[in-house]
Amino acid sequence: MPKAEEYKKLPFELKEVTITGNEEISPGVHLISWKRMHQFDPGQVVKIAADPAIAPRIYSICSGNDEPEIRVLFNVKTEGLLTPWLAGVIPGMKIWATKPYGSFKDDKKSAWWIATGTGIAPFYSMFRAGISENKTLIHGVRKLDQFYFEDEFEWAMGGRYIRCCSHEQSCNVFPGRITKYLGEIKELPTDINYYLCGKAIMVVEVRDLLISRGVPYENILAEIYF
Amino acid sequence: MPFHFCLVTMEALFGKTLNELTTLAIELGMPKFTGKQMAEWLYQKDISSIEEMTNLSKKAREILSSKYEFGLVNFTKVQESVDGTKKYLFPTVQGKFIETAMIPDEDRKTVCVSSQVGCKMGCLFCMTGKQGFQGQLTAGEIVNQIRNIPEWHEVTNIVYMGMGEPFDNLEEVLKSLEILTSEWGFAMSPRRITVSTIGIIPGMVTFLNQSEAHLAVSMHTPFDDERQKLMPVQVAYPLEEVIREIKSWDFGRQRRVSFEYIVFKGLNDSPRHVQELCKILNGIKCRINLIRFHPIPGTPLEGTDENTLQKFKDQLNDKGILTTIRASRGQDIYAACGLLSTKELMANQ
Repeated sequence: MPKAEEYKKLPFELKEVTITGNEEISPGVHLISWKRMHQFDPGQVVKIAADPAIAPRIYSICSGNDEPEIRVLFNVKTEGLLTPWLAGVIPGMKIWATKPYGSFKDDKKSAWWIATGTGIAPFYSMFRAGISENKTLIHGVRKLDQFYFEDEFEWAMGGRYIRCCSHEQSCNVFPGRITKYLGEIKELPTDINYYLCGKAIMVVEVRDLLISRGVPYENILAEIYF
Repeated sequence: MPFHFCLVTMEALFGKTLNELTTLAIELGMPKFTGKQMAEWLYQKDISSIEEMTNLSKKAREILSSKYEFGLVNFTKVQESVDGTKKYLFPTVQGKFIETAMIPDEDRKTVCVSSQVGCKMGCLFCMTGKQGFQGQLTAGEIVNQIRNIPEWHEVTNIVYMGMGEPFDNLEEVLKSLEILTSEWGFAMSPRRITVSTIGIIPGMVTFLNQSEAHLAVSMHTPFDDERQKLMPVQVAYPLEEVIREIKSWDFGRQRRVSFEYIVFKGLNDSPRHVQELCKILNGIKCRINLIRFHPIPGTPLEGTDENTLQKFKDQLNDKGILTTIRASRGQDIYAACGLLSTKELMANQ
């Protein structure tokens, strides 16, 4: 892994920030926060590290851009180095983070937001920033307790908030993966933007499906969690 | 720990560095120099079993064989193009495959190796990405792609441009480079090796610090909005930051940096692109490799025509950026990375 002196040369300079909150919103899924020091656009990311000598990881911001804190949503990966440690941080502890950056940004144009798992984070940030009026949100998960922020989305977006669950069933939840849901829609709008966020395989499969159904690739913007 | 695939049933010796072999020898109660002897057998001689390491004592070979395998994995399929290019298919677990290409060209034989099974990066123009990510390759599995093809003694150049993103498997890629370039290993010059990345900056920085091999960066367009639609990695590691990092390194003497540029019809082949390329690459001694696009199933992209390609190349050269067009090789054998293994994967399923 790169050493601290290597990172000093990079523009993504890590600065110490103080944790203000750590909530386990679902088993193994945490939302940590610290004071917002910079302006950002919803959809942007930050790099986080436990130690500046270790290569940071990239996370989407999961809070509105006029809120006093920056929040980040993450799954604890037991085999990883960072997330098990992050899961245990408490208010007052220090972590390292960069300024927000990145170009996964939405505008006022009609769009479908498509996410799996914690890929919901950038869309929650956009939602909290008030960019959800003409959007449709499709969230795919394995289990019902992974529909993070579902109460807020359901209340504000109503029928434009679609939940797909591949391993459990419930009323108002589509039984199956996002690709199955999209495959059952007779006609997909081709003149809107599609924003995809999640693991590579979902992004690739959904992107291929959209293109095969007539959506121009220029209308598809993806952020992959790797 | 990353999940590594390996077909051998016991731990493999092949893929271990001299340090690891020496440590292993000492732990097994053998003399320290046994490590070097093993390295020479593994990486410099035509043997494939521990039993053939004849300058090790019989007892040492018995102890080694009880705990380790030699570790070579044979290819299961080879296709040969009319132009002499060969594509080897090596198996991994769960019926997955990796591809290795051997490209002869006058007095050179270049081997293009894979660094991962599948890929996480999801580039729009890439077939490998459609398989999803299946797992990391070990250093042994990377080096095996060179050592275990019939032409291995004739290999002059190695490019890490097969399946996967090398800097997403950094540790094993660096280890494989150590084996390939060390005196106790393949003893190849790092100047004959090129590692290609889509721009994973932390991995790139570590590679530049720890290896002397050449760097290639997949660019494909100088514009942020276009690149993020072709390559989702642009969102996390913007090209601008990649270029800024590259500018802080000394290229152009012994070590080269090149930019890979697949030329798509009507997308990235205009004078506007020439101008922007000149602007962002100003100050970097580099080469641009223009690559013809060979369409993959379901892609909305098309390759540019020959006239436009030549004109694009000439315009860049006229502006002072050394630009070449990569010869298309092995088109009749699914030379584009990922096509053959995906076809094999589907046949198996």
